[in-house]
Amino acid sequence: MSFELETAANRENLRRVAIDPVSRVEGHGKVTLLLDEAGHVKEARLHIVEFRGFEKFIQGRPFWEVPVMVQRLCGICPVSHHLAAAKALDPIVGALSITPTAEKIRRLMHYGQILQSHALHFFHLASPDLLFGFESPVQQRNIVGVAAAYPEVAKQGVLLRKFGQEVIRITTGKRVHGTGAIPGGVNKSLSVAERDELLKDADQMVEWSRDAVHLARRLHETNGSFYDEFGLFRSHLFSLVRADGAMDLYDGHLRLRDARGHIVLDKLACADYEAHIVEEVKPWSYMKFPFITELGPERGWYKVGPLARVQNCDFIPSALAEIERQAFIAHGEGEPIHAPLAYHWARMIEMLHAAEVIRSLLDDPDLLSDDRLAEGPRGREGVGIIEAPRGTLIHHYRVGDDDLVSYCNLIVSTTHNNQAMNEAVRQVARRYLDGRQLTEGLLNHIEVAIRAFDPCLSCATHALGKMPLAVELLDAHGSLLDRATNGG
Amino acid sequence: MTKQFLLDGQPVPFEDGQTILEAARIAGHYIPSLCWHKDFAPHGSCKLCIVKAAGRHVSACATPAKEGWEVESNSPEMNGERRGLLQMLFVEGNHFCPSCEKSGNCELQALGYEYEMLTSRFRHFYPDRPVDASHPDVLLDFNRCIFCELCVRASRDVDGKSVFALTGRGIDKHLVVNAESGRLADTDFAKDDLAANICPVGVILHKREGFAVPIGERTYDNATIRSKKLKESSS
Repeated sequence: MSFELETAANRENLRRVAIDPVSRVEGHGKVTLLLDEAGHVKEARLHIVEFRGFEKFIQGRPFWEVPVMVQRLCGICPVSHHLAAAKALDPIVGALSITPTAEKIRRLMHYGQILQSHALHFFHLASPDLLFGFESPVQQRNIVGVAAAYPEVAKQGVLLRKFGQEVIRITTGKRVHGTGAIPGGVNKSLSVAERDELLKDADQMVEWSRDAVHLARRLHETNGSFYDEFGLFRSHLFSLVRADGAMDLYDGHLRLRDARGHIVLDKLACADYEAHIVEEVKPWSYMKFPFITELGPERGWYKVGPLARVQNCDFIPSALAEIERQAFIAHGEGEPIHAPLAYHWARMIEMLHAAEVIRSLLDDPDLLSDDRLAEGPRGREGVGIIEAPRGTLIHHYRVGDDDLVSYCNLIVSTTHNNQAMNEAVRQVARRYLDGRQLTEGLLNHIEVAIRAFDPCLSCATHALGKMPLAVELLDAHGSLLDRATNGG
Repeated sequence: MTKQFLLDGQPVPFEDGQTILEAARIAGHYIPSLCWHKDFAPHGSCKLCIVKAAGRHVSACATPAKEGWEVESNSPEMNGERRGLLQMLFVEGNHFCPSCEKSGNCELQALGYEYEMLTSRFRHFYPDRPVDASHPDVLLDFNRCIFCELCVRASRDVDGKSVFALTGRGIDKHLVVNAESGRLADTDFAKDDLAANICPVGVILHKREGFAVPIGERTYDNATIRSKKLKESSS
């Protein structure tokens, strides 16, 4: 079923409808639908049309430059790339473990990133659909419309994001694209004044985050049957968890659950990711399609991000978020929740967890210590895995004796969700668009399904040289004269 | 009686043999430069110290001051020319400040801010300049070279090693390492040499330091290049 609408059996005489660009997501993507004369959907694809290629041009650069350079992949979650790269490069300087101060400052930075990114997505990008309805007037379906109709909600969204950005500024020197993490640790600690500046608002952020969870939950439960069914498909769930099974977005081991909630793979070491994940390239998208090696491409694809993480962990190690997780799990009545729209509820639970972690870290005196860097015998290879706002983020580097990067592999959160997003698009197309007169509101249903995953399309396209290209030479009558491919 | 000239209408005293730039800096007036260094003979290649003296455009670092001259420096016309020169320097090389470890410590970047360079204006050349990472302690990233020859002069005149040279002409001009292999590892270059510590941009870099100094503590994070250079001249 998964690949049923990926490619139409016969593409002749089909009408093409494109949603280009998909709006209120990060980066550039488009959806194409092929419809027959009766308006039945024969093909539905989410294409990623931009190309970044960081994996290639990072090669030949000095390794200490990488955490700063790779974060330019993204303006929304640069800290995730910054930290995944720094974690991957810690072993290069021999820092097999980093100092408590360095780890806590990195965690503070990371949970600030989670907080601001989740707030941005829920309030700025997703809430217009959820508060006004998918087919509400398009002029109203934006953050300005939310600010007019729900001023308190919009204000809290803006200030939650601002607080997260301030955490990032204080730990990295800038709100966007700073330099805090370096191989082996961090380059600055917090001053007392900086710590107190964050402490001043930290409790308020926890409170507002809890309100946001309740808003997301209320929206879901008010329209329970619709939210539970919209774009529904079942898949595996994949994320990092802490050694004791707790949610941990900075570090841990990899765990895979099947669609029924059974743990299939557990305690996979990050350094061994290559043995378990294969990336497939398809000719119609710049974004690769990863799957679990043991399960193969048909069965081995999975979801990552908040919906996977909240259900993949055994518990959330902060009091308020754990209460909300239990309420979320109870909604599933013993089964994992796969509804794409449940991403929003899960995302807000994570935002609450992030606010609680930040609040708790700010009491830790290690943040003020100057013991920032560790080193040891030189290494040549490193893997750094982190749970970015949108899901599992993998950075893998090899470094030569001359200190230059000789190999780079990035598997970005949105890439993991590629098949899942395509599946959600196909489910929505089949259920809501098939055989109907297409309107802007109906097409927005497709975008709503994509938005639920909070994709960052600009982060995810690095398949340089692997894209299978075919060139065909036809004569004036359309007969094939010659054909060449690059073998991809 | 002390000799003097007028710089933007202000009297600047000088002694015989002093250049316009030297006399101006000592008197507390900033004329920008990239290739000039107080310990070396004037080079006159970056042209950022361009001023109008007696109606002619001259390099202030290489032109001896003259009694009674009227010199124009901090004017919209001269600063506009400097901005154009900076824009040409930026497009000639591969200067990506966002990921450059010299950012915040770089004189070219600081001058870009000082002269309000908001666009690159000209077409980028995107030259192909591979890095030389062969040396154990020092990385050469030729992408950022502005041909000031400070490393050439320091290595030849102070370190006594002549590790660097410029070769090629015109648009093909580039910095090379004086070894048969062309690799820095095959010279007697050391990270404590003056030449390893004089680059105003991000070409000659001590390895593995990178971003160890955080944003906010870098040379030009809290003070302009104008105030830093004037402070150096007065000390």
